[in-house]
Amino acid sequence: MIGSARYWREIPQRYRYEAGKCTGCDKIFFPPRNVCSKCRGQEFETVTLAKNGEVEAFTIIRVAPSGFQDESPYAVGVIRLEDGVKVTAQITDCDLEKLAIGDQVSREFRLVQQDGESGILCYGYKFVPRG
Amino acid sequence: MREVAVIGVGMNRWGELWKKSHRQIWTEAAIEAIEDAGVDHVDAMYVGCMSGGLFVGQEHLGPLLAEQLGMGPIPGTRVESACASGGLAFRQAYLAVASGEHDIVIASGVEKMTDVDGGAATYALSTAADQEYECYQGITFPGLYAMMASVHMAKYGTTRKQLADVAVKNHYNGARNPLAQFQGEITADQVMSSVLVADPLRILDCSPITDGAAAVILVPLDYAKKMNADMVVRVAASAHATDAIALHDREDLAWLASTQVAAEKAYKQAGITSKDLSFCEVHDCFTIAEVMVSEALGLFDRGSGGPAASSGATALGGEIPINPSGGLKSKGHPVGATGVAQIREVMMQLRGKAGDRQVKNAHRALTQNMGGTGASTVVHIFERA
Ligand SMILES: [Zn+2]
Repeated sequence: MIGSARYWREIPQRYRYEAGKCTGCDKIFFPPRNVCSKCRGQEFETVTLAKNGEVEAFTIIRVAPSGFQDESPYAVGVIRLEDGVKVTAQITDCDLEKLAIGDQVSREFRLVQQDGESGILCYGYKFVPRG
Repeated sequence: MREVAVIGVGMNRWGELWKKSHRQIWTEAAIEAIEDAGVDHVDAMYVGCMSGGLFVGQEHLGPLLAEQLGMGPIPGTRVESACASGGLAFRQAYLAVASGEHDIVIASGVEKMTDVDGGAATYALSTAADQEYECYQGITFPGLYAMMASVHMAKYGTTRKQLADVAVKNHYNGARNPLAQFQGEITADQVMSSVLVADPLRILDCSPITDGAAAVILVPLDYAKKMNADMVVRVAASAHATDAIALHDREDLAWLASTQVAAEKAYKQAGITSKDLSFCEVHDCFTIAEVMVSEALGLFDRGSGGPAASSGATALGGEIPINPSGGLKSKGHPVGATGVAQIREVMMQLRGKAGDRQVKNAHRALTQNMGGTGASTVVHIFERA
């Protein structure tokens, strides 16, 4: 159940892809966090996640959770972005039979959950094949 | 720190226990363990339970369950680390006895998963993953393990058949375990033609939804020796490690770092290597998990867990039997109870009471219980004293 406060809190990440870059060691965290896991620094600047990346792992969801049942089958992957950050996201507008590790993908802003249990339309990032 | 022994075990037949409540399931296992140990009281109770709240709408399980024993106002502690809750409850009980705080302690685990429908159960299990940055995107728990499998297959050439062989072996063992949820053998063809859940994992790669409980009794080793137990089993090592909860925050998706770290600590504590183990009970929530765990424990080289599963090395009678109980796959996986049931199986084996699934000359064993996609791991080593 995604309540409105919980949804709005994540908008900087889901709509604007805001990440935290440690000013001590340049490691980028998405979502931003308070302490750098590499150097324990606590100062961060806001940066925008890289738009392009490649598929590091993927699956095709055949049995979907609630909120996604009308969508299945659909692909979800771990995407390694050009800035080194990895995110979990759907890979869409692609041929599910041909999807492979190493595929080049690019981020787009999409509807993620058709209708949350609270009635909110939930948006965010998905990836599509590039090139 | 005092040396610690396990002297009693209890477990009920696992499955869809429609007629029994959460507290009844737990109390049956707890009383059996207390009677098996031959003690007239316990000084403290620890229970692993992943989600009483989501499965039966009940939290505050420490007092609720402790009071069922009729032993007065003893301390009762509920421990949660997703699917590793049971193993971690045992570790807390171990530390309580080792430290000298308590002498006779019950470590237990319970989960009642079938009071809710499949969708609600799937949701409850998914809370072991990152809700905002994994589950929000539509990934499921089988989906996360499927992604780990996709990397393991691409990187090491692990095959679909090798994963199926893990399920076949565990069902063979579970068919010889009278308390297992599923006591029927299956074939690799059945696994590979079962319904796809999240490619490449199929329904017969997945552990089931189960109601069940398990309990064991811990005492100082000196007490156990004086009690004239027919077989004293010593806790030779207890270790716990964590990792990033989200799969995407790990450098290598095909490696279980928390299991490696916990295992290395445990081997050091016990003064042994993986070669000195008679068998292992590990967390095969999915077939790929057993393959990856067997590598992280150092039983096989990195990337060779798949061929090892197909070679017979991990079968009963193999060089290192894995999951003689049938594992989560066949015995069932009431999440909070799983880690304690692994220890119950070790006790049955070390006592030589495991019947048709007995590992020959079993004298030392390891248990590995894992939360989520491996963000927490608890490893214990037991040996005949
Ligand atoms: Zn830093």
